[in-house]
Amino acid sequence: MNIDLADTTTRRIQKALMEARHRMGGPAVGMVLTLVIVTDESAQYDAVRAATESAREHPCRVLTVISRDARGSSSRLDAEIRVGEIGPGETVLLRMYGPLAEHADSVVVPLLVPDTPVVTWWPGQPPEVPGDDPLGALAQRRVTDAYAAADRLRTLARLAASYKPGDTDFSWTRLTPWRTLLAAALDQPHADITAAEVSAEPDSPSAELLAAWLAVRLSVPAQRMTSAGPGITGVRLTTDEGDIEITRPDGRVATLSRPGQPDRQVALLRRPMAELLAEELRRLDPDEVYQEAAGRFASEQLAPPAAPVTPVPPPPADDAGADDQASQ
Amino acid sequence: MTLPARIATSGPGGAQNPLRDPRDKRLPRVAGPCVLVLFGVTGDLSRKKLLPAIYDLANRGLLPPGFSLIGFARRDWAHQDFRQVAYEAVKEHARTPFREDVWTHLAEGMHFVPGEFGDAGAFEALAMAVKELDQTRGTGGNYAFYLSIPPKFFPQVVEQLQRAGLTERADGNWRRVVIEKPFGHDLKSALELNATLHQVFPEESIFRIDHYLGKETVQNILAMRFANTMYEPIWNRSYVDHVQITMAEDIGIGGRAGYYDGIGAARDVIQNHLLQLLALTAMEEPPSFSAEAVRAEKAKILSSVRVPGDLGLTTARGQYAAGWQGGGNVRGYLEEEGIPANSKTETYAAVKLEVDNRRWAGVPFYLRTGKRLSRRVTEVALMFQRAPHLPFAQTDTEELGQNALVVRVQPDEGVTVRFGSKVPGTSMEVRDVNMDFAYGKSFTESSPEAYERLLLDVLIGDPPLFPRQEEVELSWAILDPIEEYWAEHGKPDQYRSGGYGPDSADQLMARDSRAWRRL
Repeated sequence: MNIDLADTTTRRIQKALMEARHRMGGPAVGMVLTLVIVTDESAQYDAVRAATESAREHPCRVLTVISRDARGSSSRLDAEIRVGEIGPGETVLLRMYGPLAEHADSVVVPLLVPDTPVVTWWPGQPPEVPGDDPLGALAQRRVTDAYAAADRLRTLARLAASYKPGDTDFSWTRLTPWRTLLAAALDQPHADITAAEVSAEPDSPSAELLAAWLAVRLSVPAQRMTSAGPGITGVRLTTDEGDIEITRPDGRVATLSRPGQPDRQVALLRRPMAELLAEELRRLDPDEVYQEAAGRFASEQLAPPAAPVTPVPPPPADDAGADDQASQ
Repeated sequence: MTLPARIATSGPGGAQNPLRDPRDKRLPRVAGPCVLVLFGVTGDLSRKKLLPAIYDLANRGLLPPGFSLIGFARRDWAHQDFRQVAYEAVKEHARTPFREDVWTHLAEGMHFVPGEFGDAGAFEALAMAVKELDQTRGTGGNYAFYLSIPPKFFPQVVEQLQRAGLTERADGNWRRVVIEKPFGHDLKSALELNATLHQVFPEESIFRIDHYLGKETVQNILAMRFANTMYEPIWNRSYVDHVQITMAEDIGIGGRAGYYDGIGAARDVIQNHLLQLLALTAMEEPPSFSAEAVRAEKAKILSSVRVPGDLGLTTARGQYAAGWQGGGNVRGYLEEEGIPANSKTETYAAVKLEVDNRRWAGVPFYLRTGKRLSRRVTEVALMFQRAPHLPFAQTDTEELGQNALVVRVQPDEGVTVRFGSKVPGTSMEVRDVNMDFAYGKSFTESSPEAYERLLLDVLIGDPPLFPRQEEVELSWAILDPIEEYWAEHGKPDQYRSGGYGPDSADQLMARDSRAWRRL
């Protein structure tokens, strides 16, 4: 069911939602959270689609905040309600015009599902400090995506520096399959690890986080090497007996090699946005492991290049890569 | 930066893995390098459940790189034929979307060994095959044997495995054997089966699959009871009037005549699924969720179960007769192909059990299961006592039943609470309403199949969801006297297909002034 409300108020939206729910026989009972998506008109379609897909796992009310022209002098709120067509939960698209666009939280707060967690997601450019953003402050969990920012690595460093419990970033979520494979590799007996190395395309926040995570967890220097991609192409853990290495040159299939054993292959796919979002919605408590990794990355990024904790790799440094990509 | 003090232990031998951290909940448990040897790979279970579950695990990244699967069956197949069969099974039955890359690498590790269970040469070929996989795919000498075959072949297969040297293991390697119900057909045969397995496999490497225990809702019974405060205070004889545990099926025996006749509903379902559900519903809080602690509590409950004295009055059984069900005309049990016309095997069984402990004394547990009933449902229903006093006029509460808390196991997993509510209008009239937690409806698409969970647990070596020998024996000890009574007294009543079971089952409840929940 699709309901369009032009020039409306939150009270009318609430009423329309409740009526829709009654007419459908109450599909909203099982909603476990409210997902607030902060986006613009151009990115709205993909984000709402991903949210709808993950709503199959996490039934939720999706409030999509779309700021339209903020220049006008008169405020206006348009709402589009979608219920029961595309799975469990409800989706409301909120388009805000004029000065109202600066006060989106005043529209969102009355529409939150009572007494359930709130997750705010910025699929595009993250705000300066998510935890201080009005729409971020009302959420338990704030999901950003440094990869979508204009300057990815600086954005990640900035997000890490302003970390508040509940912050998380898709560049960390994208790592889970890699981290799973690495952790599983170290479940098996192995010699002491003396160094780590992460190869990836330049300007990859995920690769920086992976290197930082390895450095934190293994207490060894972790180097960042640059490759042609796509994404992360390999991780090497140096031990006294030889290297434990996972390579993925094509973005699809990973090869695990370890000393004295045959190479093993496994699919290691890059995941679509809906899966990343579903993973984020699975845990709503602060992710301390992300905090540690991001904190390590930020401290290195912001530290003077002369005294890094880990040696800076010889190939093009991260910042150079970041600048190249930023112009795209 | 220093490492946190608490580091998860994982992997064989509990070695510390610095990359694991209990706070890092994103990282799933992943099986270590291993080979799964599947006996009976041509069977229904393999095609519909096991092979798809293996693919789903691979797709979720939970199988190790190099994971290998060997099919063993009496077919003249090459590896390629096996892969084709598996491919079709996965395409049709897998839960997660099909991805070519995942399939390609899984299929590379699929091998087939043809042979009969009596053929020592075939098992030698199998031993060669797993050793080769250790070399080529790095499976590390860890083997799980899944016996998806009739139990009468177990002794032979186990003996052959031993003779081919497949059960010998080096230090740090493991061997596991997985078996499906039935775990015997009475206490004596269960003991024999265990003796056979124990000749070769120690108890901790035997994994008995009761797929009900892998279901999310069944695990949720423990979460609901022990993670919340509002249920446990009323979860006892002071508030609960009785408990009904039901597993109803709308299908007949299908092509399983050879297996089913002589076994019957009680052995097929009550002995394992329903008594396990009873144990989870009635058990005390375990000190932890370790396998040992949970199993110990379950064993305590099963040993407190008492079968009432007069089995003629507290049990009921039936056979489905011909009739119309679900829009089709169906045959009766005795007319099914392969069933003797004088068969006394029951397709419906209901029993009343008591649990003799402080929490449950005097609260009967009614267990029922049947085939060709009106619909398919498995549920645990706690029926609460009526309010001691109703300050309403008699006519106002005529339609008020007992409060109920129903854990719906399948289909439509979830929890229903039934309570009285005022009917809108001027007069004070109270009627039953349902409040629904639609666990199933909202989560099915992503919640793993029971077999996924259980297979992964086998490969990881995590035993809490598998009944151990003691539980199997205790369950048979409960059922044996009932089966003996039935063998000596009369025969099953006929009941109409598509209905609610035999009248004798309703009379069983009526004698206690109670009634079954309508299916």
